Amino acid sequence: MSANQTTQKIRSTSVFDVERIRADFPILKLKVNDKPLVYLDNAASSQMPQQVIDRLVYYQTKQHANIHRGVHYLSEVATSEFEEARRKLQRFINAKEDREVIFTSGTTEAINLVMHGYGRKFIGAGDEIILTTLEHHANIVPWQMLAEEKGAKIRVVPINDAGELLIDEYEKLFNDRTKFVGVTHVSNALGSINPIKEMIAFAHARGVPVLVDGAQAAPHTKIDVQDLNCDFYAFSGHKLCGPTGIGILYGRAALLESMQPFKGGGDMILSVTFEKTTYNTIPHKFEAGTPPISAAIGLGAAVDYLSAIGMDAIAAHELDLLKYATGQISSIAGVRVMGTAEHKAAVLSFAVDGVHPHDIGTLLNQEGIAVRTGHHCAQPVMQRLHVPATSRASFAFYNTMDEVDALIAGIRTVQKIFT
Amino acid sequence: MADYKSLYQEVILDHNKKPRNYGTIEHPSHHAVGHNPLCGDHITVDVVVDEGRINNIAFQGESCAICKASASMMTTSVKGKTREEAETLIQEFLAMATGKLSHENCPHIGRLAVFAGVSDLPTRVKCAILPWHTLNGAFNAVASTSTEAEEDPMHAPIGDA
Repeated sequence: MSANQTTQKIRSTSVFDVERIRADFPILKLKVNDKPLVYLDNAASSQMPQQVIDRLVYYQTKQHANIHRGVHYLSEVATSEFEEARRKLQRFINAKEDREVIFTSGTTEAINLVMHGYGRKFIGAGDEIILTTLEHHANIVPWQMLAEEKGAKIRVVPINDAGELLIDEYEKLFNDRTKFVGVTHVSNALGSINPIKEMIAFAHARGVPVLVDGAQAAPHTKIDVQDLNCDFYAFSGHKLCGPTGIGILYGRAALLESMQPFKGGGDMILSVTFEKTTYNTIPHKFEAGTPPISAAIGLGAAVDYLSAIGMDAIAAHELDLLKYATGQISSIAGVRVMGTAEHKAAVLSFAVDGVHPHDIGTLLNQEGIAVRTGHHCAQPVMQRLHVPATSRASFAFYNTMDEVDALIAGIRTVQKIFT
Repeated sequence: MADYKSLYQEVILDHNKKPRNYGTIEHPSHHAVGHNPLCGDHITVDVVVDEGRINNIAFQGESCAICKASASMMTTSVKGKTREEAETLIQEFLAMATGKLSHENCPHIGRLAVFAGVSDLPTRVKCAILPWHTLNGAFNAVASTSTEAEEDPMHAPIGDA
């Protein structure tokens, strides 16, 4: 291969061809209200490429049976594809071992698993759990339930006006009773990227384990759980171009082994008598009942798809979109961006003076533009910013600069209607 | 799907911008707070009923344009009417907004027919009916009402991921 050819090849893989990527997503060809769909609600759920759809169809057409049970052909194929999906997810987050990757129904169930499996065993009366103002309700409510049951206490890391965690305050919250930290990697409402690696190191120096809610981070940035050195990392398949009903809990093997099971049933046992049940080893100890096999395999195909594009290329394109959108929206009088953290994922929360977010959402929908309006399941953030709700545009790697322009034009139309 | 022109009409935008009967009444005979927990919107409705007739009514709150205009037009529609007449109108409005009756089949609905288009927007129906639920709550001495109450016939959760 000549030097010239090498350069050519590098160029062809490094240029981000968004139109070619869009061709993989059949849903992006839809029209909504006679306008081309502009899908900017990716933080709620992302769309699925044909490659993942095809994988689901193939599994359902040629490979389906229950797993870990039968000795027949299909059961063996399904089991092997399911466990291969686990290994794909292991590589995607760089976990040390595949048994550290547990399939759950999503981020919410993953956090609840840790609350029941770890929290109920190791957190007691008077103990303290540190959470942050930026948490999604899914990383608040389970811990409140635990605190109420055990008489434990929740301490909350505050944020500044830009939506950044106050790390000095975080460090001051630690004391002898601190037993657990739960922190979101990326804020779903504001897009702030939290300095979790430093926060984990600080907690570990005090012997405190850390759970990271990675629901908003895993789709947009390379995750390396060994580099982060986190104890638990939770994320969802459907925000990652995969199916709904599937998610991942990464847990450090030693911790997972020390925990009690979350749900009882088949597959999570080695032997059962009415006198005594012996639990299965990890990860199966935490996967009671028949899992969503096709969804797990579909998620495996989704991370293959994302890895082929490259998480770094995805992150770079999304950052370009965010910078462009932030610049454009800031030039509109009467529009305020909520969440101006220095390190941000491609989430743009905004308020338009004199117009309620629900009216913005309905009017943008008339232009074919899908945004999220409301409190984003993060009411503490809304209270801190003194707003009941915001409108949120959240970008994925398949979004384009033209779609940002459509959003900006849509906001101007909304303003025109309300003046 | 309704075009926004059929929902965000001039009359609705005008009532949103300049809501009528906006505020509170010092000694209401009936009072209730309405709340939509899904979007955080809340309004209060104060009513003075004297010898079966609505002598005064006021509302106040934080809400979207649809909810605020609906509340404003509700107050102008029921002011001076008997409680029975207002209750008939509440039922007609709820039936129209939820698509159970077309506005042609609501004999008392009048210019409130501008809200008929909301029945095509399932996520916005609750915005339009919140004031009417709250007025109904005030009449029936339910101090606090919610669009998510279990007995609420309009119960239909809005996606909230």
